[in-house]
Amino acid sequence: MANKTAESISREEFFYGHKACAGCGGSLAVRAALKVLGPRAVSVLPAGCMSAVGFNFPQLCFSNNSIISTFAGTASMLTGVEAGLRAKGYKDFTAVGFAGDGGTADIGIQALSGAIDRNDNVIYICYDNEAYMNTGIQKSGLTPFGAKTTTTPAGHNIHGNIRPKKNMFEIAAAHDIPYAATASIGYLPDFIEKVRKASRIQGTKYIHVIAPCPTGWGIAPDQTIEIAKEVVDSGLWYLAEYQDGQFTLNHKPKEFTDVSAYLKKQGRFKHLTDEDIKVITDSRDKKWEFINKNFQL
Amino acid sequence: MAKKFLSGNEAFAEGIRLARPKVISAYPITPQTIVVERLSEMVEDGSLKAEYVHVESEHSALSCAIGASAAGARAFTATSSQGLLYMAECLYYAAGGRFPIVMMNADRSTALPWNIYGDQRDSLSQLDSGWIQAYAENAQEALDLALMSYKIAENKDVSTPYMANLDGFVLTHTYETVDIPDREQADRFLPPYETDNRIDFNNPKNMAFSAGPDTNYVFKFREHQGVLAARDVIRKTEKEFADVFGRMYSGLVENYRTEDADYILITLGSIAGLCRETADKLRENGIKAGVVRIRYMRPFPNEEIAQALKNAKAYGVLEKDISFGNEGTVFTNVNSALKKAGAAINGYDFIGGLGGRNISAGDIEDIYNGIINGTENVNFIGIRGDGNG
Amino acid sequence: MRPYVRDKKTFSIDEVPVNTSFEAGYLVSVNSGWRSIRPVINSTKCVGCEQCYLYCPDGVISVCDGKAVIDYDFCKGCGICAKICRPGAIRMEAER
Repeated sequence: MANKTAESISREEFFYGHKACAGCGGSLAVRAALKVLGPRAVSVLPAGCMSAVGFNFPQLCFSNNSIISTFAGTASMLTGVEAGLRAKGYKDFTAVGFAGDGGTADIGIQALSGAIDRNDNVIYICYDNEAYMNTGIQKSGLTPFGAKTTTTPAGHNIHGNIRPKKNMFEIAAAHDIPYAATASIGYLPDFIEKVRKASRIQGTKYIHVIAPCPTGWGIAPDQTIEIAKEVVDSGLWYLAEYQDGQFTLNHKPKEFTDVSAYLKKQGRFKHLTDEDIKVITDSRDKKWEFINKNFQL
Repeated sequence: MAKKFLSGNEAFAEGIRLARPKVISAYPITPQTIVVERLSEMVEDGSLKAEYVHVESEHSALSCAIGASAAGARAFTATSSQGLLYMAECLYYAAGGRFPIVMMNADRSTALPWNIYGDQRDSLSQLDSGWIQAYAENAQEALDLALMSYKIAENKDVSTPYMANLDGFVLTHTYETVDIPDREQADRFLPPYETDNRIDFNNPKNMAFSAGPDTNYVFKFREHQGVLAARDVIRKTEKEFADVFGRMYSGLVENYRTEDADYILITLGSIAGLCRETADKLRENGIKAGVVRIRYMRPFPNEEIAQALKNAKAYGVLEKDISFGNEGTVFTNVNSALKKAGAAINGYDFIGGLGGRNISAGDIEDIYNGIINGTENVNFIGIRGDGNG
Repeated sequence: MRPYVRDKKTFSIDEVPVNTSFEAGYLVSVNSGWRSIRPVINSTKCVGCEQCYLYCPDGVISVCDGKAVIDYDFCKGCGICAKICRPGAIRMEAER
C-alpha cells in the first residue's frame, strides 16, 4: 500500500539517535525536512533543543553536514555557509536553518530580517513549540495568550502569558520574501510539500511549522500529532503560503473544532477561565476575518 | 611593486585585496568604514572576486564569516569599538571552532561617554577571546599584516582567527606613502586556503558541536596550543614575507635601542614613533632610554619582553587602556612576563590617550622622568590623583 | 543509510578532534533505556501504509516487505505510531 508522501522523500534518516524527549514535535519537523532536502542539505541550528539533543561529541546525530550557530546567528551563519559554498564553486546544495520560536521571533529576528532583506538563497524553518523549551519552558515571543510557562505562571492575578503570539509569517511576508509558509506537523504531507516547494525557489524561504512539545505543553508523548492537527482544526493556527505578493490559504476547516477542547487537553492551559477562552476564541475569529478577506483560497 | 599615498584603512584594504578572501561580511562603524568601502569598490570593479555580504549587525558580520569559514572559504570582516563588543560572543565562537578568519579592528574608545576616537580599550577587553591580536604602527605595516595575517591564521598548527588592530583615526585616517606588492608576488606568498575543518559533501561533518566535561578541557587546551604555535609561525611567516617583498618585521615585539638601555618604555600601536623620538632625545642628554613596541598582544611576547628588559633599571608601560579597579591590562601582562623570568625591577603604568586624547612629546618625557625617578604604580596622564590598583 | 553506533565510544586526549568538527552521524549510545512502554507490530494487521514511518519523531520505523519494523535501539516508546496506525496494528506494551 503505497504512501505517496513517504514515496516522495528520501528513505535515508538524516537526524537519528538524538536525545530529544519522547514524542518531540521539533525533531519530527527536522527529520521530515531533511528527508525532503536530502544529503546535499547543509543544516544550521542555533543553540536550542535540536542542537542540544543532536550534537554532543561524540554522539553526532546528523548524517548530513550540519553546524551549530550562536543563538542569534541562525540566519547570518546560513548566509555565510551559502555564500562560502557558492564562492568555493559548489552547486546543487541547500542551506537550511532550523531554529525554535525564541531563536526566530526573539533573539534571531534581526539576523533573519537581514537575510530576507538580502534575499539570500536559504531556507529558514522555524519549529515553533511556543516557548523556550530547552531552558525549561520560559515564555517566548511566540508563546500564545494564556499559556502557563515557568516565567508566566498562572495564578490568581495573572493567568499565564498576557500577550498573543507574534505573527512571524506575516512579518516574513512583509519583507516581500519570495516564499513563506505556515505548517503544522499534524499535517505532515502539507509541511513536506512546502519544504519541497521552498527548495525549488531562488532566494529566501521562510517556513513556520507548529511542532508541539509534550514536556512544555503538558500532553502525553503520543498526543503530539493529534494536538498539532487540532490546533489547525480549531482555527488557532492555519496552513497558508505567501508567494508573489499573494497570501494563499491551503486548508479551510468547514467548521472549527472546539477551542476549549483543544486548550483543556494541555497542562499549560488548564487554568484558563471561560473569559480567557473567550478572548482566545474572539482573537481567532478576528484573525479568520482577516484571512477570509485577504487570503486566496 | 607600486607606491601609493594611502590611509591606514586603505592600506589594509589593499592588503586584503591581495589576500583574496572569498567572503567579506561587514557592518559600518566609524572609524572602520573606509576599509569596507574600499573593499566593496574592489568587489564592484572586479579587482577582488569575493561575495560582499551586507549584514545588518556586527554580530551577523562575524557569524556570517564563521559560516563562510566553515564552508572552507577565506573570510574577512572589520569592525571597531561597540561593534567589536556587540560581536563578542562570535569572537569566542570563531576561536573555539578554530576558524582562521581575519578581522581588522579600528581601535576606538568604548561608551559611555560616547566617543569615536582612538584608544585600545575595545580590543584589549577581548584578549581572552582566543584570537591572535596584532597592533600595527603605520599604514605599511597595516597592509603587510593584512597579507601575512591569513598565512599565520591558516597555518595548520595555528588555525586561529586573527585580529589586526589599527589605532582609530591616528592610523586608520592618516595618509602615508605605502608600497603595494604585486599580485603575482602576493599569490606566491599566500596560497589558497585549504582545510579539513569544513563542510564536505564527500565526507559530511557535524561542526561547532558541544563537548561535555569529559573532553571540553582538551579542546580548550588545543585552542591555547594553537595561539602559542603562532609565536613560531609569525617569525617564519615574516621571514618568508621578507624573502618575497624585502621588508622584514621583528616578531612579537619591536625593540628600539633596548640593548644597553637603563630605562625602557613599553607601548603598542601608533604612539611608538613618538616614544622612539623621545628616547633619542633623552640619549642626547646622556640618559640611556629605549622602547619596546609590542606588536602582538596574543600570543603574548613573554620571553621577548623579559629579554629586552634584562639589563634595564626600570620600565614603564604606556597604554590606552585601563582595567577599572586594577591597572592597565598591558601592564598586567608585562609584569607577569617579568615575574616569570625572575626579573625584579621597578615598573610603572601610564594610562593615556583615552577617548583619543593627544599624547604629546612632553607627556612622554614626563613618563620617562617617572620611570627614572620613580612614581605611582598607575598614573593617568594629565591627572594627579591616586590611580593605584 | 542512517547514523549508527560505532565501536569506538571514548576518546583519549590524543584522539579528541583538533577542532569542533567530526564525522557526521557518529553515534556512541542508544536510547532504548528511555522506554517504559514499547510498540509491538501485529504483522497480520499491518498493511504497510507507512504512516508510522512518516510520523515517528525518531525515524526508527522502516517498512520491510510491506511490514513495519522498529529499531528498538532507538525507539523511545512515545506511542505516536500506535496512535497514527489506522488498522490498529501497533500495540504499546509495558517494558519488562
